[in-house]
Amino acid sequence: MTEFEQMYREVILDHYKNPRNHGMLDPNDAHAEGQNPLCGDEVAISFRFEEDGETVADVGFEGRGCAISQAATSMLTERVRGKKISELAALPKEELLEEIGIPLTPVRMKCAILGLGVMKVALHRSKGTDLPDEWAGLNIS
Amino acid sequence: MSEVSTLDAHALRADFPIFEQEFHGRPLAFLDSAASAQKPRQVLDAMTHFYETSYANVHRGVYELGERATIALELAREKVRGFVNAPTEREIIFVRNATEAVNLVAYAWGLANLGPGDTVLATELEHHSNFVPWQSIAKRIGARFAFIPLGEGGELDLDALDGFTDANVKVVAAGYVSNSLGTINDIARISSWAHAHGAICFVDAAQAAPHRTIDVQTLGADFIAVSGHKMVGPSGIGFLWGRTELLHAMPPFLYGGHMIRHVGDQDTTWADLPAKFEAGTAPMAEAVGLGAAVDYLTGVGLDAVEAHEHRLAAYALGMLGEMPGVELYGPPADKRAGIVSFNVFTTSGELVHPHDVAQVLDLDGIAIRAGHHCCQPLMRKLGVSSTNRASFYLYNTADEVDRLAAGIRRAQEMFA
Repeated sequence: MTEFEQMYREVILDHYKNPRNHGMLDPNDAHAEGQNPLCGDEVAISFRFEEDGETVADVGFEGRGCAISQAATSMLTERVRGKKISELAALPKEELLEEIGIPLTPVRMKCAILGLGVMKVALHRSKGTDLPDEWAGLNIS
Repeated sequence: MSEVSTLDAHALRADFPIFEQEFHGRPLAFLDSAASAQKPRQVLDAMTHFYETSYANVHRGVYELGERATIALELAREKVRGFVNAPTEREIIFVRNATEAVNLVAYAWGLANLGPGDTVLATELEHHSNFVPWQSIAKRIGARFAFIPLGEGGELDLDALDGFTDANVKVVAAGYVSNSLGTINDIARISSWAHAHGAICFVDAAQAAPHRTIDVQTLGADFIAVSGHKMVGPSGIGFLWGRTELLHAMPPFLYGGHMIRHVGDQDTTWADLPAKFEAGTAPMAEAVGLGAAVDYLTGVGLDAVEAHEHRLAAYALGMLGEMPGVELYGPPADKRAGIVSFNVFTTSGELVHPHDVAQVLDLDGIAIRAGHHCCQPLMRKLGVSSTNRASFYLYNTADEVDRLAAGIRRAQEMFA
């Protein structure tokens, strides 16, 4: 693979151009939005929970920004349906980065994990799940 | 102009060791000098030579080595004085960078001279460095903070100054050259207005000093702020120039060693200029490097640098202006320095995010800036979250502009 292909793998471009689970859920049970002040990436994510209140039933996101930030969020949303909220709140960023599968500089790392941070904040707010310090500094409202 | 000064960028590149390596298998096309410039061997050698032969703390040692270091520091100050044609080297204050120079004046002059009911005037084009310190000091004092708006065509709307005639404007803070759009501001007009209305004029010259001749005796400004690292000097040093009478009337900014005349148990008096504003051990080797940078730029000729960058910017504006899906920001070539800001769109009209453009270019050995360029108020005005920025310096070539254009096309194809 050339470096170009590594950096913008087909799967990244596909998620960027055809984002999965696009559009905010209304009504929803949890939502949050955040920005990456470095490059102006924006991501908003919404969730609906199952009646048990412990499982994700549906997810939707909106955003704009660089291909990495939007594709990574799209990929994240494909992993969450049917998952336990507690499990998602504890999802390590390494798992998502492995799926993204491209070498990321520290600057681009912030793009890649923006959506993950927004999800964790949304779950923390609605369900009180743990929010480790590394996510607390995100520009999330 | 009877004779256009010229420079040979290909020859000058040999002075810069950074160009000896390749990036992603390609020669480095460094188009981000507006953020920070690369360093010629002459600057690096001068600093090494200072460390190896003349290093000791300045202004203290009686021994010869200390004397040698002091002479080197003060020689650098004299070079900087000549560089901006200041009437005396006492008006050259060494600081960490232009941002520190702004903070020095915003705090030391601002806290002593601003009051509630006064207005602090910046511009919508400002870099955060000449915006946030003034905004914060104004807020702290209860003064009004306002800015001259950006008008049509990427230039400041200076007619808007008329709206501030009765606003008790005490300081007008303006950049000489916009780091984001490359706009060259009319400092003569801005400073004339300021002086006619009882205000001082503070000029952020960080993007001007590396690229064009500055004469503080004709510019009109009362203060200018300059960073060394943008003018092929080392990081960690810059300078403030200010009029003697203003510097005399200001209290110090940083307190400590070297800036004192007499320290009593309860009260201290301040040293003369420039020491009054240079607390602590000076960035000595950095000053020597800055002096070497002044020598280097003077040797090449600032007029030649300016003309060279102007040609590159005009070439880039022409080429990018003809490419479908490239949106340019800022004034026409004859009104701007060597800075070109743009956004890239696919054939279907989708924005290719600047970070993606910059990443694709990086893989081709081309370094550009992508982001808000520390100009969030300006980005809001332009209605974008970020742009791409290519900026040119004396070591850039037309061939690199061609590579930039080819890289942009590649990005458009990838994201089509």
